[in-house]
Amino acid sequence: MFRILACRMIVPNMHILTVEAPAVAREVQPGQFIIIRAEEEGERIPLSVSDWDRERGTVTTIFMSIGRTTHRLARLRSGEYLPTVVGPLGNASEIEHFGTVLLLGGCYGIGSLYPIARALKEKGNRVFVVIEARSSYLFYWEDRYRMLVDGVHHITRDGSKGIKGHIGRVPEILASLGEPVDRVIINGCTFCLKRGSDATRALGITTIVDLNPIMIDGTGMCGVCRVTVGGETKFACVQGPEFDGHEVDWEELSQRRKTYMAEEVIPLRTSKCEEHMHGEEHERKEKHGQAAAPGEPPGRERKQPQHTGEVS
Amino acid sequence: MAEKKEKKPLDLNRRQMPKQPPEVRKYNFNEVAFGYPEDVAVEEAKRCIMCKKARCVQNCPVEIDIPAFIQAVADRNFAEGIRIIKQKNCLPAICGRVCPQEDQCEKTCTLVKKEGQLAIGRLERFLADWEARQGHVEMPDIPEWTGKNVAVVGGGPAGLTVAGDLILRGHRVTIFEALHRLGGVLVYGIPEFRLPKEIVNREVEYLKRLGVEVHTDFVVGKTRTIDSLLEEYDAIFVGSGAGLPWFMNIPGENLNGVYSANEYLTRLNLMKGYLFPTYHTPIKAHRRVAVIGGGNVAMDCARSALRLGAESRIIYRRSREELPARFEEVENAEEEGVIFDFLTLPLRYIGDENGWVKEMVIQKMELGEPDDSGRRRPVPIEGSEETWPVDAVVCAIGNSPNPLIGTTTPGLKLGKKGNIEADEETGMTSREKIWAGGDIVTGAATVILAMGAGRKAANSIHDYLMGGNGHGNGADDGSGANTASDANAGADQNTT
Ligand SMILES: Cc1cc2nc3c(=O)[nH]c(=O)nc-3n(C[C@H](O)[C@H](O)[C@H](O)COP(=O)(O)OP(=O)(O)OC[C@H]3O[C@@H](n4cnc5c(N)ncnc54)[C@H](O)[C@@H]3O)c2cc1C
Ligand SMILES: Cc1cc2nc3c(=O)[nH]c(=O)nc-3n(C[C@H](O)[C@H](O)[C@H](O)COP(=O)(O)OP(=O)(O)OC[C@H]3O[C@@H](n4cnc5c(N)ncnc54)[C@H](O)[C@@H]3O)c2cc1C
Ligand code: SF4
Ligand code: SF4
Ligand code: FES
Repeated sequence: MFRILACRMIVPNMHILTVEAPAVAREVQPGQFIIIRAEEEGERIPLSVSDWDRERGTVTTIFMSIGRTTHRLARLRSGEYLPTVVGPLGNASEIEHFGTVLLLGGCYGIGSLYPIARALKEKGNRVFVVIEARSSYLFYWEDRYRMLVDGVHHITRDGSKGIKGHIGRVPEILASLGEPVDRVIINGCTFCLKRGSDATRALGITTIVDLNPIMIDGTGMCGVCRVTVGGETKFACVQGPEFDGHEVDWEELSQRRKTYMAEEVIPLRTSKCEEHMHGEEHERKEKHGQAAAPGEPPGRERKQPQHTGEVS
Repeated sequence: MAEKKEKKPLDLNRRQMPKQPPEVRKYNFNEVAFGYPEDVAVEEAKRCIMCKKARCVQNCPVEIDIPAFIQAVADRNFAEGIRIIKQKNCLPAICGRVCPQEDQCEKTCTLVKKEGQLAIGRLERFLADWEARQGHVEMPDIPEWTGKNVAVVGGGPAGLTVAGDLILRGHRVTIFEALHRLGGVLVYGIPEFRLPKEIVNREVEYLKRLGVEVHTDFVVGKTRTIDSLLEEYDAIFVGSGAGLPWFMNIPGENLNGVYSANEYLTRLNLMKGYLFPTYHTPIKAHRRVAVIGGGNVAMDCARSALRLGAESRIIYRRSREELPARFEEVENAEEEGVIFDFLTLPLRYIGDENGWVKEMVIQKMELGEPDDSGRRRPVPIEGSEETWPVDAVVCAIGNSPNPLIGTTTPGLKLGKKGNIEADEETGMTSREKIWAGGDIVTGAATVILAMGAGRKAANSIHDYLMGGNGHGNGADDGSGANTASDANAGADQNTT
């Protein structure tokens, strides 16, 4: 059992969780993730580690409340326990002296990029950060970044801060930096990873993405996390989650992530949580990966099973 | 042990074990076989002719004194029977259910010639279940702490055996398990209808009561490396089992609806997907499921799919004779209505516009010359391609060893396929203080072989911890068989 030290919403629909897991805290490196269960009957879900305190033995993760497990997680409070916190899983980010690095984060990726930024700075890189959200009130940890890196840029869908638009506008930021960028690293939802990679492809900048396929064990046993990169099948939990964004088969990844969409809405329906909107659905409709903002019409449209023969 | 008996005609009528009828059981996940009622068990036991040279024992990897426990059943002395088994096997309820007895103890039973081999496994199961029903499990005495600490990596049958053997010899034992539950394949792979999870939990609880410490949610190689554990532990046993599922590398294998057997079974068993949404991990109910492969794993997948409501077929590239699965399970699957397509090879999968598999293209095969394994090689028949509708495919063609330990333990010698190399008789690896056994060494094998390997490693570890060279006390340099039986004799003394 792993004791929760803090769990609270930091911006609408985005939560920060700090949990006691000394063994994980001792070993974790930037870019790694944990797998948690929120309750005894619960699913195992992967969450990136956004920060840690080796001495106190704690790890921190930022998560978006989109489905059954993350809803449940969001309701837990300090002093309660998680039955499973296992990690650190996946390979650590490749951290070297690259020169100038641009980090690109949306939704939970704003949090999970933070340790990467810190490690890159320690290696003497110049680091710029672009954070992206639907609207300016969804940004978090800006102050932390400002104290750490060489420049913070914003993209918002509604234009309330920085450039108006989506992540596809990152080339403008790259051009405005006035120095060549040696590497781009993107964290966040699949949409953000893909569009970011598309945007840097023509510029020929090495682009690293942290993939987020469905996972169960996280130890290379079940094979559900397989992704195609450069024409080869890779198991993201043991061979990733970092991959070359220009080589990823994005269509396959998006499809595979939707495998259980029809099932995922069953508990939401039966528990009448109609106000909760589904992350993926939202992503598709809005062509954008940010959280549902409060005050929006609740889950307007239910996903239809995409496939015959499923329970629905 | 075996009393002298008067000559009487051989009873070759192997007693049947009652089962749920196929038309009922194919709709539930409850255990298929009910086990022998007491009287039938006694009748079956009485068939044993108590061979002087009990060849059955030679073929049990943990060398249970089979005639002795069978005699106890025949005498209705069940407490004695289970005691005899437990001297050698700490997981009898499990082995009695899933051992491939037709290839082990029962294969060499004297009565086998007339196909009336004694139902040794069923009797073993009977005793274990009998003990569980008594509600009282006898706790052995634990010797004083030797001052030594042993870490066991992986809570599968190999690891559980090592833990059980070593705690009974006074060492402190800690199991590190990556998943949230102990049991390895017993909990994530083998389905409830074949091995109820309650039974595995019972055995695990027993080990905990003996004082074995357990850290679940702990991935050795990630949470801590072997070398870091060696700072605290005097010896380490690695029983991390199989990992990375194989696929055939044919087009369409990453379509939605194409699963590895491990994913399919883990969702169902470990995560209890068949109880979705009470348990939260989803599993899909498909209409037409094709399972690729012919082993126990394939049978388990096909029978699970059936229970989730699908039309379920096994696609196997050789013929029925070559099926590697336990015979009993093939029969069960057939009775339940699993369709078998022999001499059939999948060539590729075709997806619909949403990326879901909708068809598979197969090719028919015929048997040609024998290959290295002595089985006749399947050869494709030109022009025999067909397209079949499917909405799910489960790939059950095997696994490579779990890579996490191999890649994070410098100096640990690995085989070509990534398996850990370990001495067959002692389980010693290329590195001092590290032993290994079970599927991580041999590749996918059986529960009892993993346990056998665990037993040998435990003997060697014990010897090493007590100042020996790991080859058994007093043995000058370990000439194979001798040392193993030395070590086993040692085990006897210490575990009874
Ligand atoms: C390596 C990795 C790191 C991640 N890091 C974070 C993070 O830091 N913060 C964060 O908010 N999210 C992160 N995710 C995504 C997170 O795992 C999913 O949001 C979560 O599983 C949703 O679970 P749910 O039950 O709340 O929602 P559900 O309604 O069950 O699922 C919603 C969607 O989440 C995805 N999903 C569902 N189950 C799983 C699963 N077991 N594994 C992976 N994806 C799944 C599917 O695409 C699904 O359609 C990460 C994913 C991966 C693979
Ligand atoms: C579906 C299926 C059906 C089967 N049916 C039968 C049958 O009927 N009869 C039979 O005899 N055999 C059967 N087998 C085979 C049998 O289950 C295995 O041979 C046996 O379980 C191997 O035992 P093991 O202890 O070596 O490994 P496993 O049972 O695989 O256990 C290994 C354990 O180690 C853990 N682990 C792995 N890596 C790490 C790490 N880095 N750190 C910590 N823990 C780790 C794993 O999570 C797992 O719990 C079947 C196998 C499957 C998959
Ligand atoms: S453990 Fe397995 S091989 Fe040994 S006697 Fe029991 S059923 Fe037979
Ligand atoms: S070989 Fe068969 S008949 Fe002989 S002792 Fe063993 S079980 Fe009994
Ligand atoms: S999550 Fe199971 S193999 Fe990667």
